[in-house]
Amino acid sequence: MEFFHKVTRFPFMNTRKVWYGLSAFLIVASLALVGFRGLNLGVDFTGGVTVETNFPQGPDIDKLRAALAKAGVESAQVQAFGSSRDIRVRLPPDPNAKGDQIGTRIMDVFATVDPGVKLQSTEVVGPQVGQELFVKGAWALVATLVLIAIYVLLRFTFKLAMGAIFAVLHDPICVLGFFALTQMTFDLTAISAILAVIGYSLNDTVIVFDRVRERARVARKLSIAQVIDESINQTLSRTLMTKLVTLLVVLALLIFGGETLHGFSAALVIGIIAGTYSSIYISAALALDFGLVNDDLMERKLTKPEEVDGLP
Amino acid sequence: MIAYPRWKIALVAVVLLIGILLALPNLFGEESALQLARDRASVEPADRTSLVQLLKDKGVVPSGAFLDQGRLTLRFSSKQDQLKARDIISEARPDQFTIALSQASRVPEWMRNLGLSPLKLGLDLRGGVYLVYQVDVQGAVRQLLDHHEQDFRASLRNAHVPYQDVQVDYPTNRVRVLFRDADSFNRGKAAILADNRTMILNDVTVDGMPALELKLTPEDIKQREDYAIQQNIIILRNRLNSPELAVSEPQVARQGVDEIAIQLPGLQNSAEVKKILGKTATLEFRMVDESSNPLEAMTSGRVPLGSKLYYTRDKQPVLLKREVVVTGDELTDASFQPNTQEGAAVSVSLDSRGAAKMLKNTQENIGHLMAVVFIDRSREKNAQGVEVDKTTEEVINRATIRGVFSNNFQITGVNPIEGRELALLLRAGGLAAPLTPVEERAIGPSLGQDNIDKGRNAMVFGMLAAFLFMAVYYKVFGLIADAVLIANVVLLVAFLSLVGAALTLPGIAAVVLTVGMAVDANILIYERIREELRNGVSPRAAITAGFDRAFSAIADSNVTALIAGLVLWLFGAGAVRGFAVVLVIGIATSMFTSLMGSRALVQLVYGGKRKVARLSI
Repeated sequence: MEFFHKVTRFPFMNTRKVWYGLSAFLIVASLALVGFRGLNLGVDFTGGVTVETNFPQGPDIDKLRAALAKAGVESAQVQAFGSSRDIRVRLPPDPNAKGDQIGTRIMDVFATVDPGVKLQSTEVVGPQVGQELFVKGAWALVATLVLIAIYVLLRFTFKLAMGAIFAVLHDPICVLGFFALTQMTFDLTAISAILAVIGYSLNDTVIVFDRVRERARVARKLSIAQVIDESINQTLSRTLMTKLVTLLVVLALLIFGGETLHGFSAALVIGIIAGTYSSIYISAALALDFGLVNDDLMERKLTKPEEVDGLP
Repeated sequence: MIAYPRWKIALVAVVLLIGILLALPNLFGEESALQLARDRASVEPADRTSLVQLLKDKGVVPSGAFLDQGRLTLRFSSKQDQLKARDIISEARPDQFTIALSQASRVPEWMRNLGLSPLKLGLDLRGGVYLVYQVDVQGAVRQLLDHHEQDFRASLRNAHVPYQDVQVDYPTNRVRVLFRDADSFNRGKAAILADNRTMILNDVTVDGMPALELKLTPEDIKQREDYAIQQNIIILRNRLNSPELAVSEPQVARQGVDEIAIQLPGLQNSAEVKKILGKTATLEFRMVDESSNPLEAMTSGRVPLGSKLYYTRDKQPVLLKREVVVTGDELTDASFQPNTQEGAAVSVSLDSRGAAKMLKNTQENIGHLMAVVFIDRSREKNAQGVEVDKTTEEVINRATIRGVFSNNFQITGVNPIEGRELALLLRAGGLAAPLTPVEERAIGPSLGQDNIDKGRNAMVFGMLAAFLFMAVYYKVFGLIADAVLIANVVLLVAFLSLVGAALTLPGIAAVVLTVGMAVDANILIYERIREELRNGVSPRAAITAGFDRAFSAIADSNVTALIAGLVLWLFGAGAVRGFAVVLVIGIATSMFTSLMGSRALVQLVYGGKRKVARLSI
């Protein structure tokens, strides 16, 4: 079986303004969503208490809320997650409350509504720790981007590297936008997913660039835009096939992995789609607009005197 | 023949065989088990034999019994047997062992002896409690400064040197002794240096008056902070191993600069544990009252005047004099000496105040018994909800004073295991920086099992989808890729079992993701081969070109993923680190299997034929 029996001839470079527009829209929309709507940060980052419980039958959430309020548990967020039988309670950080006590208190209150309730998990994160984890996560993100940028700079010419780096930046922003849009809980595992996406989305860009370099050295008569178009089309089946299979696997995670991995796998799905898009439409096009020319891609030999003659 | 050296094929085969062997223990599954430990001693092989015999006599036959690091694990084929066995042992040997209910792998003895063990499961899969405490390291430094201040005052008082004041300044980490004139300055300096021989003191002038200054260097502070954290880790470990808690395989480790992370697998109720971990403990040295009979005092209830009745750990009564010789606050260090002339011993260091008192006491009491009392104070809520202090006092050691000593001495008459523990406990009991709980995660066992099931489903369905796709889309080559993917998972599991990394739910996600990425590498190679074939290259040349040219693309793309994985490894903690570890190892194994393993298989399938007319790709 083969989906791409003939090499495609899509004019990626000529239409690049359209794709820039789409990307710009996605980035602006994502940043606006993050800025105005905000991320639904998990207990990992805000600090506070999360208690997850399981009821034999789906309880009446309003009743639970009323029971908690009556017992003096203040500003508790009660919501169902996964199924209607799984109830999560979130409390803001309180320096005076001890975590295990609040967990037992909530269970006592819930037991009055339904004695069959079971405690699934408790998480207590101090407000300072939450902030630390957030800062750490942000640093991890920056460190990854910087290290990857250094690697790409060493591996490719400056203009190609710039294209790759901007294309890679595009992907985590889209993932953040997605989290702001859906208000899915953004926690430590979501950050891990974003880091994995950054590492992973560069794959395709690297493959395209490898081919651009290879073609430029052989097809010297073609313009650089033609070389890029040809290269993207030639590698298109690889790019799409690899991403398709990875997506299949990650979808299995999203469907079967349960609530704990939900945010993680969702971030991966969005990240992989965004990464594939940016590798095909954005990275090489940006390199072209940064002024990439055939000569940038020639094998660097020892500079011979006659090559320097042309200089003023 | 497609050129591919035989030694490479052999290498792939060898690596795979080792991988299969290492991954094998994971196939045996787990069953209910009991974990027995002794407080402050190890469980001996003789105990194993006698306990197994005891259980056999009562009709509960353990399906396995092995010793590991002084703990005995007994396996049972059913949950009922496990509980029955616990009752039998605790009835027949009361208070001898800490018995914890746990799960143990069914790995046969010979594999265990080879050092092969199954994957460890993280807390999110096993259920349990994860606690993070912050150590008040600044408090520990302040304590050190206070300690020096009191020390200086004592030295000056004992030497009868007049001084104006001893001032502690916490922000600048210094202690200053102010004198009124040069003469008392010189005598004071001599007195302090006599008690603290290695101390470096600066001569300064404060408001025109001579003064001595002790300033902690950054190294001193770092050392003090490290000491406080190490000490607290020892306290916490000791407490977790205490009989009251019966936690199986607790893990206590430093995290970051000033935090201690504790993992308690299988634990349900964290309240009890947190109460005990939060206690502060100390020690006292007291003389034994040898003139009265402690048994008599215990039974009659009449304790001689000036004495107090104590009990040892094995509940033996002891009468001790009321006045304390030295308290734990005066203890600065303790270490274990396995080979002294009198057998194993514990070396103890006291500060100058303690040393002076100990000197006087030993001069007067040679040949008499001195006891070490361990005191644990905790704050608990009583039935009325009012916080009350609860104190536990126990005699942990009694020994005859053989000679005069002051700041450095040895406690002899301890057995090697006891001695090591005693040294730890003395250090730990003496000085502990306050702990604040900052993070807690508890996962119920049902959620853990649920997570395992979900993780397994995601893995099975994800891999099945990838397998089917590859087989349909690339035919024979697809099947080769599938075989290579299985090899990759085997190697990954083997490596994780070898290094003892714990598998978490994000870790399972990483396994799935690694499979996806390993597929990537194969697709890169196959698409390149197809492309070469389309360009009219012969099948053999196409295979060679496919593998060779795809190499740089595969290497490049994996390097970037590796960078992300390593950063996560460095920054992450807990479950996130579990993800990073698997990702990094998975990238390495997938590079190996895709590039070498898959090439070797292609060679085995197509290499033997004289002429390859078509490739099934």
